[in-house]
Parts: sequence; C-alpha cells; structure tokens
Amino acid sequence: MATPLIQAEHITRIFETSRGRVRAVDDVSFSVNAGEVLCLVGESGCGKTTTGKMVAGLLKPSAGRILFEGQDVWKLGGEAFRRYRRAVQIVHQDPYASLNPVHTVYDILSAPLFHHRLVRSKAQAIERIFELLQIVDLTPPADFIEKYPHQLSGGQRQRLSIARALTVNPRFIVADEPVSMVDVSIRISLLNILLRLQEQFGTGFLFITHDLAIAKYFAWRGRIGVMYLGRLVELARTPELIEEPKHPYTRALLAAIPEADPEVTRHKQRVALRSLDVPSLLRLPPGCSFHPRCPLFEAGLCDRQRPELVEIRGGREVACHVVVRQERGEPAIVGTS
Amino acid sequence: MQQTKQQTTQPDGAAAAQPAVLSVRDLWVEYRARRGAVQAVRGVSFDLLKGETLALIGESGSGKTTLALALMRLLARSARIRGGRVLYRRDGREVDVLSLKPGELRRFRWSECAIVFQSALNALNPVLKVWDQIFDAAAAHGMGNRQAMRRRAIELLQRVQLDAERVLRSYPHELSGGMRQRVLLAMALVLNPQILILDEPTTALDILTQRAIIDLLRELKQELGFSVLLVSHDLSLAAELADRVATMYAGRIVELGTVEEIFYQPHHPYTVGLLKAVPTLAGGFRPLESVRGSPPDLIALPPGCKFHPRCPFAEQRCLQEEPELLALDTRGSLHGHAAACWYAEVVAKAWQSEQGAQKEAGAPTGMEGEAWPPR
Repeated sequence: MATPLIQAEHITRIFETSRGRVRAVDDVSFSVNAGEVLCLVGESGCGKTTTGKMVAGLLKPSAGRILFEGQDVWKLGGEAFRRYRRAVQIVHQDPYASLNPVHTVYDILSAPLFHHRLVRSKAQAIERIFELLQIVDLTPPADFIEKYPHQLSGGQRQRLSIARALTVNPRFIVADEPVSMVDVSIRISLLNILLRLQEQFGTGFLFITHDLAIAKYFAWRGRIGVMYLGRLVELARTPELIEEPKHPYTRALLAAIPEADPEVTRHKQRVALRSLDVPSLLRLPPGCSFHPRCPLFEAGLCDRQRPELVEIRGGREVACHVVVRQERGEPAIVGTS
Repeated sequence: MQQTKQQTTQPDGAAAAQPAVLSVRDLWVEYRARRGAVQAVRGVSFDLLKGETLALIGESGSGKTTLALALMRLLARSARIRGGRVLYRRDGREVDVLSLKPGELRRFRWSECAIVFQSALNALNPVLKVWDQIFDAAAAHGMGNRQAMRRRAIELLQRVQLDAERVLRSYPHELSGGMRQRVLLAMALVLNPQILILDEPTTALDILTQRAIIDLLRELKQELGFSVLLVSHDLSLAAELADRVATMYAGRIVELGTVEEIFYQPHHPYTVGLLKAVPTLAGGFRPLESVRGSPPDLIALPPGCKFHPRCPFAEQRCLQEEPELLALDTRGSLHGHAAACWYAEVVAKAWQSEQGAQKEAGAPTGMEGEAWPPR
C-alpha cells in the first residue's frame, strides 16, 4: 500500500491561556492519500482550525506527529521542510484579512513565484499569473491583474486567495471555511473551482467547515470526520456518514440542521439532547466529552472511560462505547440508570 | 404534487384573512457615500399580518437589513428615508411610524415592535448586569414597578430555558453566545410587543444552539401570538420558520409568496438561482450551480431589471424596463404570489421541468421519521 500523503498521528495541541490550559486538539489521528478529500466538520471550538494549521505546518503539535510522505515534518531539514511547506498550502476563511490591501493582484501573485524561483522574468510571471487567474475564473485576466483587493468583490477576493495558494503548485490544500463569508449565490462556483483542481491536477484537500451540507457537496467522493471538543468522534465515507450517521453527536447535528425545503425541514427526525450547554474546554467532563448531552449516556461507563475512535467496519470509525457495542452485537455490561 | 405539499406542511398560524399589523408602502432608503447615493431600499411595499412569520431573504446588499432598521427608525446617520409610509396598527388605531415624535417613537420601539440582532454581544451593555439592563430599559419605557418587571423577566428567562436568577445577576461576558441570544429574545418579549424583528438571529450560533432557538421561537410565537419579520440570508431558516417569504434583490422585493410557493413554485430567476445554489443534506448528491456574475453596484445600478446582468432568461425588454412586483394569482401582489419578472411564467416552467427531470433520475431518500433514540 502506498504511503499516505498526509498523516496525523495522535496529534494534540495545548494552548496556555490566562484562564488555564486548553487542549484544543486531543489525540487526533487520520490520514489522507494523494488526491483525496477529507472534510473536518464541527462547531466552534471543536479544534478543526487548529488541526488544519498543524497539517499545514503553521502550528507545531504539542504531542503526536504530522507525517508528509511518511516523514515527520518537524524533523525535516531546511530544504525538505521548505518542500513540504510548498506542497501543502492553506486557504483561509477571511480573504479581507489575508490579502495585503496595498498590493495589486500582480504583486500578490508574483511574490511567491519569484520567491520560490518558479519564474525568472516579469514576462514569465505575467504568463503564469494569467494562467492562474484563468484557473480561478477571474477572466479576462487582463481586467484583474492591476486591481487592488478592495476593488474586488468578496467572491473574487476568495478566488484570488485560491490563485495565490496555487502559485507554488501544491499537492495538498488545507481550505479553512473558504466559503463561509461568501454570498450563497456564488459559493458553489468557488467549491467547483476547488473540485476541478482535484480532478485536473489531483490536488488533495483537508476541507474544514462548520456546514455539513457544504461538506456533503464538497466531499461526496471523499470522507468526513466529525470533531467535538478537540476529539475526532466519527470518520466515514461521506454518503455513509450523511445517510447513516453512527455517533450520537453526528446524529444530533444532522437532525438539527435546517434545510432549504419546508417539507423536509419541518418533518425531520429530532434527537433529544439531555443538555443545551456546551462544556468549556477549560473544564472538560470526564470520560466522553459528549456524555452530559448524549441521549445514549450510560452512567458508570460514559462518564468514566474515554471512548477511542475504533473501526466498526470497512473504513467506518466511531468513538462511542454504546454504538460500538451495539455494532458488535455485544450485551450491555453496565446497566443504564 | 404541489397540492399535497401545501396540505401537509402546516404553517405556524397566519392566513391571508388576518389583518395587517404593519403595512409598508413604497419605502425608499438611501445612504450618502462619497461616490454618490447608495440605493439600499427602492420602493418596497408589503404587509406583515397578525401572527404570521414573514421572512425577508436576500444576500449582502439586497437591502433587507436596511429595510428592517428603517421600520424601527434605527438607521445610521448617513441614511435618509426618501419616501414611503410605515403604518402600524393596534386595537383599531393606525400610526405612521415615520412621523412619530421622539417620545412616541421610544414607546413604539420595544413595547410595540422589538428587534433581536445577530450579534448578541454588541446588543448588550458589557458593564451592566442583565437585570440592570432590563430594568433600565423598562424604566425608560415608563415601567417603574421593579417587582412586576422582575417577575416578568424571570418568567421569560425560564421560558427560554435559562437559570433566571443566575442570569439576572450575570454580566453579558459571563454568558455563552447561545445564552446571550436567549437573553435578548427574552428581553425583546418583556413588554409583550406585537411585532418581533429578527435580524439573522442564529447566524453566529452553533448548530445545536441554533436548533434550540428555532424551536423556542416557534413555541413562544404560538403562545404569545406576536408577528415575526425574519431577516436572513439563510434560505433554510426561512424554510423552517416562515409562513410567507419575500425575496429581495437590489433594494426591491422581487418575489413574494407562501413558503411553499417560494420553495416549490419559484417564479423569479433570482429565487430559482438561490434554490439551485443551496446544498441540502436530505437525498443523494445533487449538482449545484452558482448564480453567475456578482451582486450589483448599488450606487450605479444597471438599467432595466436590476437582475438582468446575471439572469439566464434576460431578453431585450429586461435591459430597458424594470418590472414591478405583479400578482400571479387573484390574491393580489400584497397577499398572493407575486414576482417582478417579465418572464415569470417561462422561469417557473423551466424550474418545474428541471425538478421533474431530477425526480425521475432518482428518488431522494428522506430523513424524516421517528424521533431518535427510540424510547
């Protein structure tokens, strides 16, 4: 079996805050093959963005390893580390904040081209920039190359950030909520540009979003991982996860999301949670972090032992004592109270 | 098919027979900017009926938030109401909100018409405990009875599933986003207003908290009988809560109808564009497409129909004449299904035939069913 392009091995990231230690990401493992799409979904504070930053090499894990082509990226030497950082690019949520307002489109795109010696002259740079602008549908390119970010619409700015990520021919893109600040009517065109990269150039993706419907669209041929309070609680191929969620948190999310169809959304099955309150990352509950809210909660089990992510069948992983036991057809050991 | 859908989806109340608590007529609002006048709202008319939820949906720059703020006269100083009337009715009396004197306006706000904003943190004073803010605001409205106010506040906070005594003693920063949003909702209802305006009420919230707020809103509305004007870019929220929906584009209502009419029989190409762009969870994979082009420049609007540069149906006429919101049935353009499009019937037929083709390609698996986990 080929070595996966990206592997996260038991990565943990701890932040020291004024109010205490926060374990933003806790013992998360997954791997992504070349050309594959993995979506991480979860609500604010679940650790998805921190995980993305670790994968892109912008943050060092407090524990665990990020492997690129089987090599621990934080043990790579200068040139090899630079090669990894070029191969793995990140597209941020907010194109307003990530583009320098006093630089033109030409400045923004030519800088990495020259820096990484991908072009030798201004003429070559312009030729490559025209190509990139065409890939992200900023056409005709001549209309855009002299513009400043504020002269572009939100959607166009996000296209520009994608073009910038593409300057160095990345093999893998970490896309962190790339469409959450873009109007609904133009979101899909951005997602389609990214999907085209995957088809044409075999670019792999770690796609981070809070929106499961977007995840379903983007990763339909890939996988979705669901995170809750720093832990990966379920990982499965997209159609299976959407149509037959296993973890009670995934089920609760899918049941709670309103849909743009009055008939469907008003007749959705509901998951009754035991509590509305999300625990603070500073005081996580013992055992499974979801147990205070979980409808499957079993006293003495879920509040004592932390469930690990285990494979229940081909490619399906879930971190829940009760679900795993049911899937394996084992009887309950501890009675529910 | 459409008939069965209309019968099975129960609206939350409201029928066209209900009287209007608010009638907006030909309202125009613009902002002064260096480049010229930003034409944010351009001749909007609608009725908000007693007990109904009307959703204004549209994207950034559609004018939906400006419209909501104008109804309460909360516009920024750079804004000017160029014309129109906002008629508010209660107990057989009618006033034009736009001509209320400062004292009357203060009374109108909150006790007749309350608003809940998107950012719950900005709407609360950070240095005052929740109880002090409620009491201050109530006192400003002439409700001096501390004991009665406190009882009402506690009752409502409990109603939104909060630990009332604790919340009243808290500062806003000590509450989570979902708790703050519930506090605002409770505060908005303290004086028993007839109208509640919700501006993106759940946008900043997590999904499970959002669901709790949606369910709560529905219950409170049923119980207290107020009308809701829901302002949102989120079609799903409208599908979930609205009895009627108005689609806004470039400062105008371009389509108006019941929630079923808008979602199942859209007649305006922009409504169709939005519906085709929204991903869903129910059913299998569905190819989606964006509306081509970008939202219009509100300072230099295109001639004719403002949507024509993005419209796949545009013809010569659309480049020259801007269509009015015209009734598609006998209920009239204010209470029936109406669209501002020269080719509304062509658009509707194209949508229906595409939907039919998709249904034949594969019946979607529904997500509806029994509550989980089974009891």
